[in-house]
Amino acid sequence: MSAGLRVGDYGVALLGLALIGVLALQRPTGDGRLVVRQAGQVFKAVDARLNQEIRVPGPLGITVVEVRDGRVRVASDPSPRQLCVRQGWLGAGEAALCLPNRVSVEWGRLAYDSLGY
Amino acid sequence: MTASVIEIIPSALDRRLAALAAVAVGLTLVEAAIPLPLPGIKPGLANIVTLIVLWRWGWRAAAWVSVLRIIAGALALGTFLTPSFVLSLSGGVASLLVLAWAVYLPRRWFGPVSLSVLAGFAHIAAQLAVANLWLMPHISLVGLLPVFLSAAWLTGVVNGLVVMRLLQQEVS
Repeated sequence: MSAGLRVGDYGVALLGLALIGVLALQRPTGDGRLVVRQAGQVFKAVDARLNQEIRVPGPLGITVVEVRDGRVRVASDPSPRQLCVRQGWLGAGEAALCLPNRVSVEWGRLAYDSLGY
Repeated sequence: MTASVIEIIPSALDRRLAALAAVAVGLTLVEAAIPLPLPGIKPGLANIVTLIVLWRWGWRAAAWVSVLRIIAGALALGTFLTPSFVLSLSGGVASLLVLAWAVYLPRRWFGPVSLSVLAGFAHIAAQLAVANLWLMPHISLVGLLPVFLSAAWLTGVVNGLVVMRLLQQEVS
């Protein structure tokens, strides 16, 4: 039988696109979960809707993670180059890594990031 | 004492499947030489062969070609029994499972493009699941799903169109 594009083919292709669309739309909702790790171990997993300061001891000193008004940032860190502090407030699905002090802050489900990937 | 000889006589179908699997392995090797934008995303050209076999000789034949291609391709590329082999095998098995169902879709309405897209989705979903559960258990890869599904959609449609064209040429 000669095989051209059939109705079902368009249907399957469109359904596939719809599925991708739905998944893409609900992608990084920060969904309130904040995970702070020290040396790979979960130090604290909290809800980002509570304002608080989390003090994480590491090999260099104390890293302070600030949670305010549903936003998250590393307020201070003993690392020499201050990369994670200068990153500022995190967007949904982002992570800040203070490698020298072995602290990581992940907010929500991780979206694409070159380190983890 | 006479030496006992066990001779396995390959049927015509065996020979044909072996030849088709060899074509599929060839495509796998060619594909491995193409630089790719993201690890994990590739055109999956060998699946063109699998789909043609499925369309003409049924699911059993397609399963043979697909599994032979995965194992022989991995041996040729030196990835046999490595994580990338496991990913490849899980993707292949998942798409074969989906195709075992999809092959019963009425052909009047569903052509090779449907099968190709469905198999592509199953392939990448299984690979992401294995990668997430086994290789990177600490990180959620769910966020990457739209990216990989888009790639699977594109390659699925393109491969499906190629299969359709090849089958058309055969008929006319």
